[in-house]
Amino acid sequence: MAKDDKKDNTLKLKFDSARNLAPAPESKSIAKIKPQYELFINGSFVKPESGKYFDTINPATEEKLSQVAEASPADVDKAIKSARSAYQKVWSKMPGKERAKYIFRISRMIQEKAREFAVVESLDGGKPIRESRDFDIPTAANHFFYYAGWADKLNYAFPTKTPRPVGVASQIIPWNFPLLMAAWKIAPALATGNTVVLKSAETTPLTALMLAELIQEADLPPGVVNIITGAGETGAAMVSHPDTDKIAFTGSTDVGKIIQKAVASTHKKVTLELGGKAANIIFDDAPLDQAVEGVINGIFFNQGHVCCAGSRLYVQESVYDIVLRKLKDRLETLIVGDPLDKNTDIGAINSRGQLETIQKYLKIGVQEGGEIHQSSCPLPKKGFFCSPTLFTNVSQSSRIAQEEIFGPVLSILTFRTEDEVIEKANNTPYGLSAGVWTDKGSKIFNMTTKLRAGVVWANTFNKFDPTSPFGGFKESGFGREGGLHGLMPYLHLD
Amino acid sequence: MKPNIKIPDFSNTAIVDQVGVEERASRFTKRSIKNETKMNGLLLALNMIDLTTLEGKDTVGKVKQLCTKAVHLHEAYPGLPTVAAVCVYPSMVGVAKKALGDSGVKVASVSTAFPSGQAPTQVKIDDTKYAVENGADEIDMVISRGKFLQGEYNFVFDEIALIKETCGDARLKVILETGELGTYDRVRKASDIAMYAGADFIKTSTGKISPAATMPVTLVMLEAIRDFYYKTGKKIAMKPAGGISKAKLALHYLVMLNEVLGEDWMNNEWFRFGASSLANDLLMQIMKQKTGIYQSSNYFSID
Repeated sequence: MAKDDKKDNTLKLKFDSARNLAPAPESKSIAKIKPQYELFINGSFVKPESGKYFDTINPATEEKLSQVAEASPADVDKAIKSARSAYQKVWSKMPGKERAKYIFRISRMIQEKAREFAVVESLDGGKPIRESRDFDIPTAANHFFYYAGWADKLNYAFPTKTPRPVGVASQIIPWNFPLLMAAWKIAPALATGNTVVLKSAETTPLTALMLAELIQEADLPPGVVNIITGAGETGAAMVSHPDTDKIAFTGSTDVGKIIQKAVASTHKKVTLELGGKAANIIFDDAPLDQAVEGVINGIFFNQGHVCCAGSRLYVQESVYDIVLRKLKDRLETLIVGDPLDKNTDIGAINSRGQLETIQKYLKIGVQEGGEIHQSSCPLPKKGFFCSPTLFTNVSQSSRIAQEEIFGPVLSILTFRTEDEVIEKANNTPYGLSAGVWTDKGSKIFNMTTKLRAGVVWANTFNKFDPTSPFGGFKESGFGREGGLHGLMPYLHLD
Repeated sequence: MKPNIKIPDFSNTAIVDQVGVEERASRFTKRSIKNETKMNGLLLALNMIDLTTLEGKDTVGKVKQLCTKAVHLHEAYPGLPTVAAVCVYPSMVGVAKKALGDSGVKVASVSTAFPSGQAPTQVKIDDTKYAVENGADEIDMVISRGKFLQGEYNFVFDEIALIKETCGDARLKVILETGELGTYDRVRKASDIAMYAGADFIKTSTGKISPAATMPVTLVMLEAIRDFYYKTGKKIAMKPAGGISKAKLALHYLVMLNEVLGEDWMNNEWFRFGASSLANDLLMQIMKQKTGIYQSSNYFSID
């Protein structure tokens, strides 16, 4: 028999029909988006002092969805003052069990409006409706629900201590999980008796503004939660304002460094949740099909716009060929397209700017000698889309293995021994998350104690729960959100 | 068996993570199958059915009626496909063969002391030989689960190989009876043993044990087929059996098949549903797609 018979190309699995399903779009009509949104300050919607507005678009069609107010430093001042006043007069004096009632109410109202929130989240941010419906919105509601439970039990959370709220919190959130990040920030702050000023990201303000409407409807005392919109300048004003006591920021490491400099030698408490370049490690004794699935979800979840995305894959050399083959076949079955279609696996890239960043890294990867492999799934003609991408022949010294791309791009590297992979995985300025795939329990425990990352998942990836703390090592930030640990940044414990 | 297929060490078969495989299986059920994709799927599922009757009380009359149904599924909708096969006990193979004539519907026969498989190997060979001689196109054998659970994998392997030899031209389906194996790891191992021993199909269940086919168990077997294909280039067919009675669930299985093995497997040569009541639910949904309204179950024949 000729040797050629054994070549891979004769045995190709075909997935065109698996991707070619009849459209199954979620109805847009449920999303009632207003043509213009104001700032939510002191319980009501007010026009910005500057009179300026900016557009927010649907990244899948590039069509304008609405325009939102740009908060100037004067608006920020107004918001922080209203938060201070609400803190002093109402919220810090209210018993925990009363605060809890409001937070429970917010949680239930999010659940009631879950479908509307999900559609708007997908319209404004580009993420697939399957994810906003099954992950973002329910997890956001769960977060409020979980922290509502802590509000009257703080003394039990920290026995021997006397927990006191810190005061007014300035909170700045990113565009990758707009409502969920708002929940991560607001829920623990309210439960611990603080008041907040929250700024949503420039490209994804709509669900936070819907949350503001919901909070108004929930009859939360005016000023306890203020939600404003704007870009970097607004955020800078929030950080540098003298009457804020706590800065909570989720976003890029570059901005995180600026914030830390700005609050140096002030009384302000800070938590930063920044970038990441997570290592996902597959050992040769792993359940390979499930590992491949975990790797795919680890990097392509939310188009890779996830700070804890498993963007560096380390495969033990003895199983490299089979893992790569499985990855390529799985990549082919991913459906890239309209975020509102229920069958879409990978939606739109959040903004033109982010798409350009990702494309820049694709070029760099190829220039560095990386072998690029992309899905054959056609991309929509309009909107910001990027093919899910695998890079092989990547080295530890490659930029695509070192820098955060924040897109659907996986760098694949190999290793031989446990010590080697621990060293390589930790060889990064980041340390947010990591994944380990092996059937051997002792290996898991060895790895989790040695990997310098805030979260280490074993035989799974990208699992989130309100009860579980989340946060980084090194330049991925400090402070924890979620769980009992997530209460601490909002409390003085003495 | 092709001489170029190397038998692996079965103590070393791939392992399966229970949580992961169940999560993946449930993901397929999130696919929203609409309009023409749905209609194509329903017709395809109909065409993949092994219409089955395996009861102690089976009679010539019952089998004849079932065979008529297999060919004339619903005359109110002209041009429907037939089912793939009729599946009966060896004693009924002759009856079914005659009743189906040249319709193209295959006759499948269970054998090897179905459903328990607790008989001497020679009896199993004779059982199979009888079915093949009476015209069975396909043989659905059961593995010796007792021996498998005792760790006697060579025995299980050899028995399958012997039955394969006995089958001649008939295609061999190997029933693992996954409900008795207990873990996904064992399902995977049994799948590998069956394929390397010469199975043309691997099949989940007899339908006599609960749980019968589930999506995660079928996924484990599809992944085993994929790995076997990667290694040997040889395609193996899959048959989930028992517990699939609704059209919607059948469509979920097809989504799974399509995303694990791809479109080359999307026909009744490479995939079957072992089912008795699935056909009527598919017919009901097909009529709903065609006419826009659900019809009463009284309009669909029960055979």
